[in-house]
Amino acid sequence: MKTIFLSFLITGMSLWHRLAWGADAVAQPPESKLNITAIAMFFAFVAVTLGITYWAAARTKTTKDFYAAGGGITGFQNGLAIAGDYMSAASFLGISAMVFAKGYDGLIYSIGFLVGWPVILFLMAEQLRNLGRYTFADIVSFRLSRIPIRTLSALGTLFTVILYLIAQMVGAGQLIRTLFGLPYEYAVIIVGTLMILYVAFGGMLATTWVQIIKAVLLLSGATFIAIGALSHVNFDLEAFFQSALEGVKASGLADHKKVVADGKDIFAPGGLVNDPISAISLGMALMFGTAGLPHILMRFFTVANAKEARKSVFYATGFIGYFYILTFIIGFGAVVLVAPNPQYVDIVKGTLMGGNNMAAIHMAHATGGDLFLGFISAVAFATILAVVSGLTLAGASAVSHDIYANAICGGHVDERIEMRISKFAALSIGIIAIYLGIQFEKQNVAFMVGLAFAIAASANFPILILSIYWKNLTTRGAFIGGFLGLISTVTMVILSKTVWVDVLGNQDPLFPYKDPAIFSMTLAFVGCWVFSKLDNSTQAASERALFEAQNVRCETGIGAEGSSKH
Amino acid sequence: MNNNPVDKKIIEKIMGNKKYKELVGKRSRFAWILSAIMLVIYYSFILVVAFAPKTLGTKIFAGSVISIGIPVGVLIIVLSFVLTGIYVSRANSEFDALTHQIKEETK
Repeated sequence: MKTIFLSFLITGMSLWHRLAWGADAVAQPPESKLNITAIAMFFAFVAVTLGITYWAAARTKTTKDFYAAGGGITGFQNGLAIAGDYMSAASFLGISAMVFAKGYDGLIYSIGFLVGWPVILFLMAEQLRNLGRYTFADIVSFRLSRIPIRTLSALGTLFTVILYLIAQMVGAGQLIRTLFGLPYEYAVIIVGTLMILYVAFGGMLATTWVQIIKAVLLLSGATFIAIGALSHVNFDLEAFFQSALEGVKASGLADHKKVVADGKDIFAPGGLVNDPISAISLGMALMFGTAGLPHILMRFFTVANAKEARKSVFYATGFIGYFYILTFIIGFGAVVLVAPNPQYVDIVKGTLMGGNNMAAIHMAHATGGDLFLGFISAVAFATILAVVSGLTLAGASAVSHDIYANAICGGHVDERIEMRISKFAALSIGIIAIYLGIQFEKQNVAFMVGLAFAIAASANFPILILSIYWKNLTTRGAFIGGFLGLISTVTMVILSKTVWVDVLGNQDPLFPYKDPAIFSMTLAFVGCWVFSKLDNSTQAASERALFEAQNVRCETGIGAEGSSKH
Repeated sequence: MNNNPVDKKIIEKIMGNKKYKELVGKRSRFAWILSAIMLVIYYSFILVVAFAPKTLGTKIFAGSVISIGIPVGVLIIVLSFVLTGIYVSRANSEFDALTHQIKEETK
C-alpha cells in the first residue's frame, strides 16, 4: 500500500521536475524586509502552542487520546476547532482577494463552502459519532470487509491530505516570505517542523487547542478589520458600496481596469461560472467535498456523544458564516482603502504589493497600523500551522489506524506499537510535505485544493453516506464505486484546462469542464449501486443482515464509544 | 473489530420498541426535509447564477447601488445557520428524550 503511494509520489515528482525545466521562469518577488512586530507576535504564538503541546503530551497516553483527544472536547470547543480547520489562510486571504478583484463572485464561493454544513449536521454528524471511533473508515467498515474498505479509505484520505498539504505548504512559503521577509525554504521547513512537533507529541489534543486559539485570533482580527472598513463610512452601507463602486472605477489595478473595460457589475455574478454544468459541478464539489474531508470528519470523534457532535456543527456553521460575511466586507473595504493608496500598490505589475492575495493583509495595515499588521501576519502564519497540523494528523491516522492496525493486523494490535507507528507516520508525512512544498515552489498549485475537494466528494463521501443509509451496500459495490470516483476525478482533472493547459502547457483541454464532481460523483454512486445490486455472495448477504444492528447503534448510540475518563 | 458488539437480544428488543420506530421515523423525516430545504435554496441560487446572473444585479431600490444579490447571499448564510439551530433545538429536546426512554426501557 505504502509502496504504491510512494511510487505514485515519486513518478509525480519526476514529472514535476521535467515540467519545471520547461516552464518559464516565474519572476521572484523581492524578499521584503524583516517585520519585527510580526515575528515577535509569531514567537509568542509558537511559545504558547509549544507549551500546550507539552501539556497535551503528558495527557496523550492511549490511541484514543492520540486520535480523538480522549473524546473529551465539548461541542462549543469542537465547533471552534471545526471552524478553524475551515478558515484556512487560503480562505481568509483568497476569498477576500476574490471579492477585492471580482466583487460578488467571492460571495458565491463562500456560500458554496458554507451550505455543506447544515447537510452534514442533518445527515451525518450524529451518525459519525455513534458509529465511528477514530477515522471515517471505521464507519464504512462497520459492516463491510476490513481490508478492501480500509485500503480504499486510507487511499482516499492520503490523496486528499497530500494534495491539500502541498497547496498549504506552497501558500505558506510564499506568504511568509512576503510577510516576514524569510526565505521560502526556511518558511516551509519551520511550518513543517512545528506541525510535526504538535502532531507527534501532542496528538489530537494539541492539534485541537492550536486550532481553537487560532480560530479565536482570526475571528477577532477579521472583526476588527471589518469594523475599521465600515467605520470609515460611519456604518452607512449605501455609502460603503457606493465608495467601493467608485474605488473600482478609479483603481489603477489591472483586475479592476478589466472589470471596468468589460462593463461588469461588481455586485452581480461575473465570469466565475459560465455554464450551468460547471456551476452545478462546482456547487457539488464544494458542498459534498466538505462532507468527505478526512481532517474535518475526524473532529466528530473528539466529542463525548451525539449531542455534543450536533452542537459542534451548530457553532461551526455560525462561526464560518460570520467569517464569510467578514471576508466580504474586508474585500470591498480593500477596494476603498487599499487600492487607491500608492503605498500598497505595485504600479509596474498592476497588482497589490505582494499580489492581490495580500488585500486582507494590507487592509490590516490600513485599519490598524504597523502593530495590527504584525498581529494579522502572525495570525496568518498561525492559521497555516493549525490547518497543516490537522491534515497531518488525519494522514497519520489513515496510516496507523486504517492501514496498520486494521488492514494489516486485523484490529488486534498493541496500542503502544500503533501509537509509535502513528507518530512515525506523522513524521514521514511532515517530511514529505516539506520536500514537496519546496519542490513545488514555482508551480501553479491552485488546482490542488479543488482536486482534494473533488476526491473527497467523489471517493470518500459516496461510500460513507451509503454505508450509513443504504442497507444493500456491499464491500464489492463500495470498493468498485469508490475507486471509480477516485480514478475518474483524478483523470478528469488532469485532462481539464486547469492541469492539461495551465500546468502541462497543451493547447486545448481534453475534458471541457473545470470541475468533474457532477460526473465523478454520479459515477461513484452508480458504481456502488450497480455492483452492490449484482453482488449475490454469502458475504454480501451477511453484510446486509448486519444493517439493522448498525442502525440501532447509529440511531440510539447504544454501544457507541464513550469518552475516556482522565 | 473495533465495534463493541451489541447483544443480539438487546437489538431485537430495541427494534420491537414502538418508541424506537417513532424516533427513527420522526428524526429521519425531519433531517431529510431540512436537507431538502437547504439543497433547494442553494441550487436555486446556483441556477440563478448560471442562467440569469443579471437578476441578482437588480438594485434593491431606485437610486441605490446595492444589488439584490448582496442581501440574498447574506440571507442564505443566515438561513443555513438558522436551519442548524432548528434541528439542534428539536434534537436536544424531543429526540434526546425519546432516546433516553428507549435506553431506560432496554435496561
